Amino acid sequence: MSQRDKKRHTTLLLALAVGMFGFAFALVPLYDVFCEITGLNGKTSGQAELLAEIDRSAAQEDREVRIEFLASVARGMSWEFRPMDKEISVRPGMMNKTTFFVRNRSNKTVIGQAVPSVSPGQAAQYLKKIECFCFEQQELMAGAEMEMGVTFYVDAELPAHINELTLSYTMFLVSDLVGSNEHEHLSSHNVR
Amino acid sequence: MDTHSESKSKTRHPLLAFAARWLLTTNHKEIGTLYLCLSFLLFFIAGSMAMFMRLELFEPGIQFIDPLYYNQILTLHGLIMVFGAVMPAFVGLANWLIPMMIGAPDMALPRMNNFSFWILPFAFALLLSTLFMEGGAPNFGWTFYAPLSTTYGPPSTDFFILGVHMMGISSILGAINIIVTIVNMRAPGMTYMKMPMFVWTWLITAFLLIMVMPVLAGVVTMMLTDRHFGTSFFEAAGGGDPVLFQHIFWFFGHPEVYIMILPGFGIASQIIPTFARKKLFGYHSMVYATLAIAVLSFVVWGHHMFTTGMPVFAELFIMYATMLIAVPTGVKIFNWVATMWRGSMTFETPMLFAIGFVMMFTIGGFSGLMLALVPADFQYHDTYFVVAHFHYVLYPGAIFGTMAAVYYWLPKWCGHMYDERLGKIHFWAATFAVNLTFFPMHFTGLAGMPRRIPDYSLQFADFNMVSSIGAGLLGLTQILFLYIVVTTIRGGRKATAQVWEGAEGLEWTIPSPAPLHTFSTPPVIAEGDYP
Repeated sequence: MSQRDKKRHTTLLLALAVGMFGFAFALVPLYDVFCEITGLNGKTSGQAELLAEIDRSAAQEDREVRIEFLASVARGMSWEFRPMDKEISVRPGMMNKTTFFVRNRSNKTVIGQAVPSVSPGQAAQYLKKIECFCFEQQELMAGAEMEMGVTFYVDAELPAHINELTLSYTMFLVSDLVGSNEHEHLSSHNVR
Repeated sequence: MDTHSESKSKTRHPLLAFAARWLLTTNHKEIGTLYLCLSFLLFFIAGSMAMFMRLELFEPGIQFIDPLYYNQILTLHGLIMVFGAVMPAFVGLANWLIPMMIGAPDMALPRMNNFSFWILPFAFALLLSTLFMEGGAPNFGWTFYAPLSTTYGPPSTDFFILGVHMMGISSILGAINIIVTIVNMRAPGMTYMKMPMFVWTWLITAFLLIMVMPVLAGVVTMMLTDRHFGTSFFEAAGGGDPVLFQHIFWFFGHPEVYIMILPGFGIASQIIPTFARKKLFGYHSMVYATLAIAVLSFVVWGHHMFTTGMPVFAELFIMYATMLIAVPTGVKIFNWVATMWRGSMTFETPMLFAIGFVMMFTIGGFSGLMLALVPADFQYHDTYFVVAHFHYVLYPGAIFGTMAAVYYWLPKWCGHMYDERLGKIHFWAATFAVNLTFFPMHFTGLAGMPRRIPDYSLQFADFNMVSSIGAGLLGLTQILFLYIVVTTIRGGRKATAQVWEGAEGLEWTIPSPAPLHTFSTPPVIAEGDYP
């Protein structure tokens, strides 16, 4: 029972504990990769699909899938955000377009970022977006409004038992500091 | 160092000297006592919360407790029982017993030992202080699922997070100390395969602690950054996923439930051979079974979340892996039974508690097997059946194990025998009350009564009333236990060094009460000695 052995073992075990703390955080990207492969948690791909890759021949003439759109804003976000179409019916394999309305209700320029989610989660990997406002941040001047488009198709491979799916977006506050000074920023926090 | 502090303390006020002795002690026996006292105190605090809950559940409807307050004491009951009662009790036993069992003069890192204990009172003071805060205490259950604890958690959640961090640091440091002690400080001749089972189970438990407590620290850190620093680990809207919380939590949580039972296995493996007057049957298989349980505990966390929408493949894998755990557990139970088989058994209180442990833990194990079945679990999930299951493994498991240990080693610690008649009354009353409290929960759960509610449908009324009566009785038996322990410490028939006729092991070779310093020169273990 030499003192050196004790020190060595203590250090090793402390390192193991620190390593396991890191492992907890490593689980986050691991889980994301796992979910991307299995499409478990309703996250859609963050990247645009290439138009050329669409297999139009697989389009299913006789099948209709109902898609519902939801829009909400995260805490602290001052925007009005809603879908222009509440729901549409689409044919798997065919291209579709819909728009979302957004208006900045605050008195300063705000940057927002929309984050999509699909329910049921299983369907997420079959919803392919060609173009989406969620691929980049949106900047709106005080009081400004705009319509933002999503171009997408539902993969013909969509399992037969899924006939309805919901695409929801939440608009997050990225920054409301643009064009406002520190004092305004502080007071806006106080109001909140 | 000790003579130095003693000479200095003579000039101090006696109260100051008393405080300094316990605040600054680095002696494994004194720290073990501190751990046991703290866990006993917290056991009573969390137990009284259970009494309030059972009072509210005595009849349907809301009578005594505001539902929001019910959620708060329900959360604190779980957290304090897990982190404040069961875990520190086992650490206290480890502190007292491991050095005496392996023939070491003290723990390997005595100052760290002091530090890891003294974090705990502050951690629990912090946790309990949330009850008096604006917005109330944490109210999301001991599993603190996101988003209940992130988006919707009360402001006091941040105090809870800090408290969990402190408990985690304490557990990790304690576990490191135990491993370093066992690896480096065994007496000459005590090979790994000669170590008493209690030491073995604690060695494995300590590794589990080091592997999973940092993961718990990680998950509460993510909660903290989600709450205050704009991250979205568990916020679906921000690209995170609340189900991820459950994965990380149960990666900690499942090994955690074995942390709360493996030392109990060790205690039963010490006590049963003593009173059966036979050697432990299948020592080697006991060691390997414990290892197997520990390894399997890392791949079965998903059985807490079958209903979250896992792929069927994952559900099947986890179901089979979970049921596989029944094999090493069965090995242990059959070994205990085989140890008793044709032994010259006597039924002193520690033996009664140990046998009660084996029998009632098995009931909890079987309801665990039922819960492991995916199709059945969809029915049982979040019902009182789950409550019945984990209380059967924790009360007659972890807590009866601890009580068996206290009755068994208390004469060694304080030099007095406890009152055998009162001990037996305590055992039979507690056994009756445990079953009266928790057995009806199986039925209400199977009939669909959800857990974590202050009110319920009328058809569950009778069984709940029975549970509440049992719970009241169970609470009273613990006051009897407190009385027995206090009177034994204060006086009683003198205990011999061996205490029990059939007791074997190094701790029984030193006088009772155990002197403050033991095995300053290591004992020598001969070739033919135990196990």
